[in-house]
Amino acid sequence: MVADPTTDPLLAVRDLRTHYSVRGSFIDRLRGREAGAVAAVDGVSFDLRRGEVLGVVGESGSGKTTLGRTLLGLVPATGGSVHLRGREITGLPERELRPLRRRLQIVFQDPHASLNPAMTIGAAIADPLRFHGIAADAGDRKRRVAAALERVGLAPASQFADKYPTDLSGGQKQRAVLARAIVLGPEVLVADEPVSMLDMSVRAKILELMIALKEELDLTYLYITHDLATAKFFCDRIAIMYLGRIVEIGPASQIYDDPKHPYTASLLRAIPEPDPTRSVPRDLPRGEVPDAVSPPLGCRFHPRCPRAFEVCGWESRDLRTLLETRWTRMAEEEYERERELVGELDSLDEPAVEASLPAGPGHTDEEALGVLEAMRAEAPDDPFWKGVAELQPDGSGARVRFHEPLVPRDLEVDGARVECHLHDPEALAAARAAAASDGPAVVAEPT
Amino acid sequence: MRVPRFLQPVFEVRGMARWLLLSGLAVVVFFVVLAIFAPLIAPYGFDQVSADGVRFPKQASPSGEHLLGTTVQSTDVLSRVIWGSRTAIEVVVLAVVFSLAIGVPLGLISGYVGGRVDRALVLVMDALFAFPYLLLAIVIAFLLSSSVGQGVFTAAVAITVVYIPQYFRVVRNHVISVREEPYVEAARALGAPRRTVIRRYVFHNVIQSVPAIATLNAADAILTLAALGFLGYGIQPTEAAEWGYDLQRAIDDAGAGIWWTGLFPGLAIVLLVTGFTLVGEGINDVLNPLIRQRAVEPPVIPAQPDSELPPPGAEPPPRGATEARATEVHRE
Amino acid sequence: MSEPGGSPPSEPGEPVTSGPGEPAEGGPGEPLLAVRGLRVWYGTGGDPVRAVDGVSFEIGAGETVGLVGESGCGKSTLGRGVLGLLPDNATAAGEVRYRGRDLVGLSRRELRDLRGPEIGLIFQEPMTRLDPLHTIADHFRETLRIHEPELGDEETRKRSLETLARMGIPPTRFRQYPHEFSGGMRQRIMIALALVLRPSLLIADEPTTALDVIVEAQILQILADLRENFDTGLLLITHNLGIVAEACDRVAVMYAGQIVEEGEARRVFSEPAHPYTRALLRSTISLRTTGLHYIAGAPPNLIDPPPACRFHPRCPDAMAVCRERDPIEVSLAADQRVSCWLHGPEDEIPPQGAEPLERTEIAIAEEA
Ligand SMILES: Nc1ncnc2c1ncn2[C@@H]1O[C@H](COP(=O)(O)OP(=O)(O)OP(=O)(O)O)[C@@H](O)[C@H]1O
Ligand SMILES: Nc1ncnc2c1ncn2[C@@H]1O[C@H](COP(=O)(O)OP(=O)(O)OP(=O)(O)O)[C@@H](O)[C@H]1O
Ligand code: SF4
Ligand code: SF4
Ligand SMILES: [Mg+2]
Ligand SMILES: [Mg+2]
Repeated sequence: MVADPTTDPLLAVRDLRTHYSVRGSFIDRLRGREAGAVAAVDGVSFDLRRGEVLGVVGESGSGKTTLGRTLLGLVPATGGSVHLRGREITGLPERELRPLRRRLQIVFQDPHASLNPAMTIGAAIADPLRFHGIAADAGDRKRRVAAALERVGLAPASQFADKYPTDLSGGQKQRAVLARAIVLGPEVLVADEPVSMLDMSVRAKILELMIALKEELDLTYLYITHDLATAKFFCDRIAIMYLGRIVEIGPASQIYDDPKHPYTASLLRAIPEPDPTRSVPRDLPRGEVPDAVSPPLGCRFHPRCPRAFEVCGWESRDLRTLLETRWTRMAEEEYERERELVGELDSLDEPAVEASLPAGPGHTDEEALGVLEAMRAEAPDDPFWKGVAELQPDGSGARVRFHEPLVPRDLEVDGARVECHLHDPEALAAARAAAASDGPAVVAEPT
Repeated sequence: MRVPRFLQPVFEVRGMARWLLLSGLAVVVFFVVLAIFAPLIAPYGFDQVSADGVRFPKQASPSGEHLLGTTVQSTDVLSRVIWGSRTAIEVVVLAVVFSLAIGVPLGLISGYVGGRVDRALVLVMDALFAFPYLLLAIVIAFLLSSSVGQGVFTAAVAITVVYIPQYFRVVRNHVISVREEPYVEAARALGAPRRTVIRRYVFHNVIQSVPAIATLNAADAILTLAALGFLGYGIQPTEAAEWGYDLQRAIDDAGAGIWWTGLFPGLAIVLLVTGFTLVGEGINDVLNPLIRQRAVEPPVIPAQPDSELPPPGAEPPPRGATEARATEVHRE
Repeated sequence: MSEPGGSPPSEPGEPVTSGPGEPAEGGPGEPLLAVRGLRVWYGTGGDPVRAVDGVSFEIGAGETVGLVGESGCGKSTLGRGVLGLLPDNATAAGEVRYRGRDLVGLSRRELRDLRGPEIGLIFQEPMTRLDPLHTIADHFRETLRIHEPELGDEETRKRSLETLARMGIPPTRFRQYPHEFSGGMRQRIMIALALVLRPSLLIADEPTTALDVIVEAQILQILADLRENFDTGLLLITHNLGIVAEACDRVAVMYAGQIVEEGEARRVFSEPAHPYTRALLRSTISLRTTGLHYIAGAPPNLIDPPPACRFHPRCPDAMAVCRERDPIEVSLAADQRVSCWLHGPEDEIPPQGAEPLERTEIAIAEEA
C-alpha cells in the first residue's frame, strides 16, 4: 500500500488531516475551557488510480464533504499531503492552484444551490472558460458551451443556454452542473452526493450520464455518498469513512460480500430493500456518531460496535452512555430511585480510562457500586463489561478502571485495508492477556 | 434595452403591490418633474421678494397673484415649495448615491474578506449606527459648514454619513450568507479569481436587497433634511429653498392664523415621504417571493359531476370490501 | 361543509362526533381516515395547479400507508391537504373524514385544535421547527400546555420523559437546547413532540430523507413500534420504495395528482399492476441492481396535465384508448385497486382502443 506517490496514482493522499477550529461559546471561554477543533478529516490515506471510481461512503458527519473540499484546496489541509500526478498540491497558494483546477473538478450535492441564480446556464458554463483563458473568442466559447450542454443531454443547447436555474428541474440542473465541470476537461471529478437530492427515477439517469461521461472523457471519479446501493453499482473500490478516518477500503465486490469492519457490516444491514421477500429485521449500531471534537479513545467505533472487546478503547464516557441508555428503558419510578443513588455524571465527560461514578448525596459508595453491579447482572454480555478491568468502591463512589486502549492499526486483510482489532493478532493477544489478568493489563503500544 | 433580471418582477406585478408601486411612483415622478422644471414652473425665484420693482406683500393669504400666499419675508410660498422640491430631490439623490457608493463596496469587502478587516469595519459602522442619527447629521453639517459652507452638498454629505452604516450592514450580512452558498464555492473550485467571485457571484445576488432599502432611505432622508433645516443646521436660506426651514419660519405664523406658510411645505414633505415609502414597500413586495405568493388568489374548484362522487355522507364502505369501494368512489 | 363538531345530522347511522377532546369512535369498521375525491388546487395568477386532483384512500387504526411517487406529483400537498395546513393560495374540495367527521371546510381554529392531539404531523427539516432559544423541556411543556392544559407539571414531565425515552433520548438531556443535539436526534425529538399528545393519526412527510441510512433505520423502527403499541395510523410520504416495502402495510402510488394504484405493500411490490408502479420499482437502485432503468420523460406540469390517462405520454404500454378516456378504477384481488386500461374494464374500451399508441418521441428537453 505504500506506493511511491510520485509515479503511479493520479491522486495520492497521505495522512491527510483537516481540522476546523470551533470557537467555544462565550461561557465556555469564561470557564477557561479551551476552544476545540473538529477533526473532520483525521489521517486519511488512499490512492486514486487513473480511470477508476472510488466511492467514499459514510454516515452524516463522517467528514466526506470535508475530504472532497480539502482535495480541491477549498479548505486548507491541517496536515498530510495530496499529490496530483506526483505534484504536491496542499498548501499551494491560490494563484498556483488555479491552473491545477482545470484538472480537478467537483460537483456538489445540491444542484440548485450550486448554480448562481442570477446567471443563465450558458453564462455559468462559459465562466470557467474565461477564468482560464481557454476559448479564443466569444464564438469559440459559445461553441464549447453548446458542446458541453449537448454532451450532458441538455439538447438542443440553444434552448437551455439562456435559461436561468429556476427554470430547470432538479435533474436538468445537475446536468448543467456536470456540463460546467467537464467544460474544462478535467481528469478527476469529485462528486459529492451528486444524486442524493434527486428523485429515485432521476438518479438512474444522472448516474448513467456520469458513466457515459467517464467513458467518453476518460474521467476518474471520487464518488462521495451515504447510499451504499448506488455506490455498489457505480464504484470499483469503496472507502468506508467513520469520524474522519477511513476504516475500511477495498474492491467494491469484497466490501459488499465480505465486509471486514463491523461498521461496514452495520451499514450494509441498514439498507432497506424494495423487496418484500427480504425484509429481515435489521440490527443497527446503537446510538449516534459521536462528537468529532473529542472522538472516542481507541477505536472510534467502539461505543457502537457490537463486537468490541477489551482493548477497543473503553472509557469514562461509555459509562455515562450505558447508564443513560439504561435509564431510557426504565419506568419513571424505577429511574427516580436509581438516579438518586448516583451523583452528577458530568465528571464522566472527560475521556479517561479510570472513572469514578460518584455516589448521590446521602448515599454510599457501595450503593453507587450496586447500580453498576445490577447493570452488569442484567446485561452481562454487553461489550462494555469486557472493557472493565476493575470495579471497586473508593469512598466517594464506584471506581471503574478500563483496560488500556489500543488504537487500531492500518491492516492489510485479503487485499482490503481495515482498521479493526479483530484482524490484528497483536491486539487479540493483548485482549486475551487483559482478560486473563485481574490487574492492569500491560500491553505494548504497537508502532 | 434588456431589463436586469432581478427587476423583471417589477414589470409583472399585479394586485396590491402594483397599486403601491404605481401610486408611489406617480407621487415621486410628480416631485421630480417639479424639481427639474422648477425654473419654468415656479412663478418666482425661491428668494425673490419683489417683481417689477414692486415688493410682494408680507404674509398675504392665497390669491390670484400668489396662489399659495406669501411668507413673512414676502417670498412666494408656491415658488418656495417648488424650488424646495428641487433641493429635496438633489439632496436625496446625492445622499443615496454617496451612501450606496461607499456603504455597498465596504459591506461587500467586509463580508467577503472577513477577518480583521471585517471586525474593524463593523466596529466603526456600529459606532456610527449607535449614534443618534440626527445628532450625527448635525455634527457633520456643523463640521463641514466652516469649510464647505451650508449648501446642498453639505446637507447631502451629512445625510450620507447617517445611511452608510445601514447599507453596510445589510450588504455585509447578506454577503456573509451568500458567501457560504455552494455556488460561490463552486466558482472558487472552477478557478475564479477572488475579484470575479465577488463581482459576478456575490454582488449580483446581494444587490437585490438594495433598491428597496435605497427608496425607503430616500424617504427617511427627506425627513432628516427637513429636520436639519428646521433646527437651523441645514441649508442656508440664501443657498436654496428648503421645506424644513420654511416650516420653522412658519411656526410663529400658525398662532396668528396664517396657515398657508406652514401647510404647503409640510404637505410637500408628507407627500414626498409617502411617495418614496410606497415605492419602497412596492419594490419590497415585488422582490420578496414570499410576499409575492401570498398575493395570489386561491382558485375556484368547479363542482364535480354527480357521478364522480359518492352521495354526500354515504355510508362508508366497510374495510376490505374493495369492490364496493372502488365502484362507489370512482368514475363509473 | 358540515357543522363543527358533528357530521350532517340527516344521515342515519352516522356517529355524532363530539369535540376534539373526546373523539367518538367511528361506526363499526369505519377507517380512522377516509379521503374521498379530494382536490387541492393552487392559484398561480393564471390557470390553477391541480396538485391533488381527485384522490381517495383510507387509513385504519394501527395501519401504515406509504405514499410514493416522483417529485412534484402532489404528495406533500395531499399530506397537508388532509390536515388543512395549506398555503393561502390553495383551495381544497372533496371529503376528508377523520373518525367520521369531515375536515374539509372546518375553520382554521377547529383544525388547529385537532392537529396535535388527534392528527400529528412530522415535517422534513427538524432544525427550523425547534426553537433554538428554548430547551427541549420547554418545547414539551408548551405543547402539552396548549393541547392538554389540565395536565399538571409532574404529569407533563412524566409524559415527556416517557415519550423521549421511547425515542432513545435519555432523561438526562431533557434540559438541553436543540443545537446540542445531532440532526438525527433532533428529528427524533420532533417525532417525540408529535407523539407526546398521543395522536391517533400521524402524517410523516419524508421524515428520513435528509438522514443517512442508519438514523433512517432507527426512526423507522420507532415508527413501527408505535403502531404496534398505540394503534397509531400513519401516512408515510417518501420517495424511497425500500422504506415502504419495509415499513408499510399498504402503499398508494401517486402520479400527477392522482392515486394510480393502491394496495397491500407486499403485493403491490411483488405484482405491480400499474405501468407507473412497475417503472418506479425498476428505477429504484438497490443492492441487487445490475443495470440502470428509468422512466423516460418527466412528470407533467400540473397546470395542464395530459388528457385521459396522465401517464400515457411516458407509458410503455399505452394504447389508443389511454389518450381518449379517463381510466376507470378496477379492483384486483386482495385489496389492490388500479386505474389503468390494461386492467379493463374490457367492455368500456372502444373498438380499436387496445391498439398500441403511436408514441411520439419524448423530446430530451423534457427529460429530467
Ligand atoms: N465549516 C465548518 N466549521 C466547523 N465544523 C465543520 C465545518 N464543516 C463541517 N464541519 C464538521 O465537520 C464534520 C464533518 O463534516 P462533513 O460535512 O465533512 O461530513 P459529511 O460526511 O460530508 O456529512 P454529510 O453526509 O452530512 O454531508 C462534522 O462534524 C461537521 O459538523
Ligand atoms: N404554494 C404553491 N403554489 C403553487 N404551486 C405549488 C405550491 N406548492 C406546490 N405547488 C406545486 O404543486 C405540485 C405538487 O407539489 P408537492 O410539493 O405536493 O409535490 P411532492 O410530490 O411533495 O414533491 P416532492 O417529492 O418534491 O416533495 C408541484 O407541481 C408544485 O410545483
Ligand atoms: S476495533 Fe474492531 S472490534 Fe474493536 S470496536 Fe473497533 S471495530 Fe469494533
Ligand atoms: S391507462 Fe394506458 S397509458 Fe395509462 S398507464 Fe395504463 S396502459 Fe399506460
Ligand atoms: Mg457532505
Ligand atoms: Mg414533498
